[in-house]
Amino acid sequence: MTSTTEPTEPLSVEQLSATTLLRFATAGSVDDGKSTLVGRLLHDSKSVLTDQLEAVERASASRGQDAPDLALLTDGLRAEREQGITIDVAYRYFATARRRFILADTPGHVQYTRNMVTGASTADLAVVLVDARNGVIEQTRRHAAVAALLRVPHVVLAVNKMDLVDYQESVFAAIAEEFTAYASELGVPEITAIPISALAGDNVVEASANMDWYGGPTVLEHLETVPVSHDLGHCHARLPVQYVIRPQTAEHPDYRGYAGQIAAGAFRVGESVTVLPSGRTSKVAGIDVLGEPADVAWTPQSVTLLLEDDIDISRGDLIVPSKDAPPTTQDIEATVCHVADQPLTVGHRVLLKHGTRTVKAIVKDIPSRLTLDDLSLHPHPGQLAANDIGRVKIRTAEPLPVDSYADSRRTGAFILIDPADGTTLTAGMVGESFAAPQPVKDEADDDGWDF
Amino acid sequence: MTTAATVSEAAGNSEESSPYALSHLDALESEAVHIFREVAGEFERPVILFSGGKDSIVMLHLALKAFAPAAVPFSLLHVDTGHNFPEVLEYRDRTVHKHGLRLHIASVQDYIDRGVLRERPDGTRNPLQTVPLTEKIQSERFDAVFGGGRRDEEKARAKERVFSLRDEFSQWDPRRQRPELWQLYNGRHAPGEHVRVFPLSNWTELDVWQYIAREHIELPEIYFAHDREVFQRSGMWLTAGEWGGPKDGESVEKRLVRYRTVGDMSCTGAVDSDATTLDAVIAEIAASRLTERGATRADDKMSEAAMEDRKREGYF
Repeated sequence: MTSTTEPTEPLSVEQLSATTLLRFATAGSVDDGKSTLVGRLLHDSKSVLTDQLEAVERASASRGQDAPDLALLTDGLRAEREQGITIDVAYRYFATARRRFILADTPGHVQYTRNMVTGASTADLAVVLVDARNGVIEQTRRHAAVAALLRVPHVVLAVNKMDLVDYQESVFAAIAEEFTAYASELGVPEITAIPISALAGDNVVEASANMDWYGGPTVLEHLETVPVSHDLGHCHARLPVQYVIRPQTAEHPDYRGYAGQIAAGAFRVGESVTVLPSGRTSKVAGIDVLGEPADVAWTPQSVTLLLEDDIDISRGDLIVPSKDAPPTTQDIEATVCHVADQPLTVGHRVLLKHGTRTVKAIVKDIPSRLTLDDLSLHPHPGQLAANDIGRVKIRTAEPLPVDSYADSRRTGAFILIDPADGTTLTAGMVGESFAAPQPVKDEADDDGWDF
Repeated sequence: MTTAATVSEAAGNSEESSPYALSHLDALESEAVHIFREVAGEFERPVILFSGGKDSIVMLHLALKAFAPAAVPFSLLHVDTGHNFPEVLEYRDRTVHKHGLRLHIASVQDYIDRGVLRERPDGTRNPLQTVPLTEKIQSERFDAVFGGGRRDEEKARAKERVFSLRDEFSQWDPRRQRPELWQLYNGRHAPGEHVRVFPLSNWTELDVWQYIAREHIELPEIYFAHDREVFQRSGMWLTAGEWGGPKDGESVEKRLVRYRTVGDMSCTGAVDSDATTLDAVIAEIAASRLTERGATRADDKMSEAAMEDRKREGYF
């Protein structure tokens, strides 16, 4: 891996254009060395440039610190620098010869669950950091639970500060075993544990010389090779219609295309499709992929579908294969993360945005609240405060074609919006919370949690 | 022709061999198009900020693709500092004409002539753009304003949303920004407020250049190496001209340079370069050890939070 071990060697134009994109999120606190890990990934992949490093050095010196504090690279707002904390999700970008990376760097404080949820919502992979001296703690379990709830397909456990436990295999093995057992129970499909020292650079970009007993990939090697494409054969194809394209020009008098980003699966010319919620049917006559005609198109391509029949379709409709249409419903049960400062209460009248459709809705019930630290349930909390995770029952004013979030992260997701001021209130995931059988302590009643 | 059978087969393969893995440029393009279409579907009067700089040129290209074969359902807005590069203004007008677009202009010079704004002692007009921009947004009742800002540009921008809510004074309040989950953008806003939309949020400088090369997008020629009369100020090569340079003690010389960013002449520096082609520019950027703003923008060197402060006041 010349490109990663010799970061000063520029990538060729050919190399640069042949890469795929991986979106991943990091979770952990400054104490776990998250900023150091992120700083090292950015630095060693040549993504921290001289002027940025000089700015960090100046700022570190003015605070009386001896060494440049790489945490300052990711803390962008004045309040964050003044208080020495991270408030918000920061997006970082770096590249190697094999891949382009979008990193959602999320703060690990208890009160910022919503940031983790936000970062994980679009992530293909989550890196959870633990301090090798402390092992799996409450916060680690919270991060694992968020990754499981958001159905992040790949989780990396980075056991950091191995240098402070004399690089002992037994320390790593015990932590990896405990975490893997916990996360597997929650239904995380793939867990990769890697022993690292972000400070010393062990197993972050280059393989460690201090841990011969470890034969797995470094963090960067894993990020570069983990598969990101989906198993399209088993995905429900879904196209939320964003916009109807009707040029009505002399050149295109009858063109009528349904524009949208394929949210899941693949569509083919000739396929029978159904439009929801109306239930009207037609066949795919053509697919435009941004100016190029195609026989097949797949997620996440933005396309324009042309249908054989001139039927009434508008923004907010969902086009699906006729053989694989979800039922429509006005009653939704979901796991939610409340992200607004004002609480969500039973009886709350809200707007619900699902795909490209926004409808009126009412919160009928909040059967339970979940404590992420120990997965304990609190029945009928009455309301959800900021950063609370809970179950809700919602009644919508119009039927919606929702998928289970477990089947489709995009068409199983929704947000609730305050109709008065437009605040994004709540992030919702339709259906069961975790993929695996209930790992929860059964102190609560069984109302609400369908594991 | 791809068949259903290969879709199933692809499932078991690694993604490098899968025909269903998108390149990063395809993924970024699709995301940006999705953002344009969301705005077209949810807003009444969107407008694209168009300066003739590379990021706004890529934005316009994406908008054209998003709605083809129909016309782009937005007009353009240029905040004219009065210190623009003539090559860029020529490009702007030619592009507007070519695509049959409508161009709005908010003129900083006009505000100075009317005595509403005063020239700064350093001659930089970038901070002066905020008031004309805000007043144009108010008077034209624009409710969505597309900007070419990228999160990789600057650390305050790294925390910017794709849909960024602005109050009636265009002010940005980081604590009022809405979490953005999945691809579910929330564009709700009160009358008088508007939303700044950044379709290139996840693009890097290199992505923009690679995309320009892939799509054969024409750029103003000042992005490529050329001989130019420049003088040095604050470690940057500035173009000599009526706007206020060189001053006493600053001497003009002819150098082979190109522009990495294009903004107001008074605060946008040229870089020494012999890159006359897109491939050469891409190779140069890939090897650069300076960020584009660090190399070329005087306004960002004012303080640690210069961009954050300007954003709060309603800047792009």
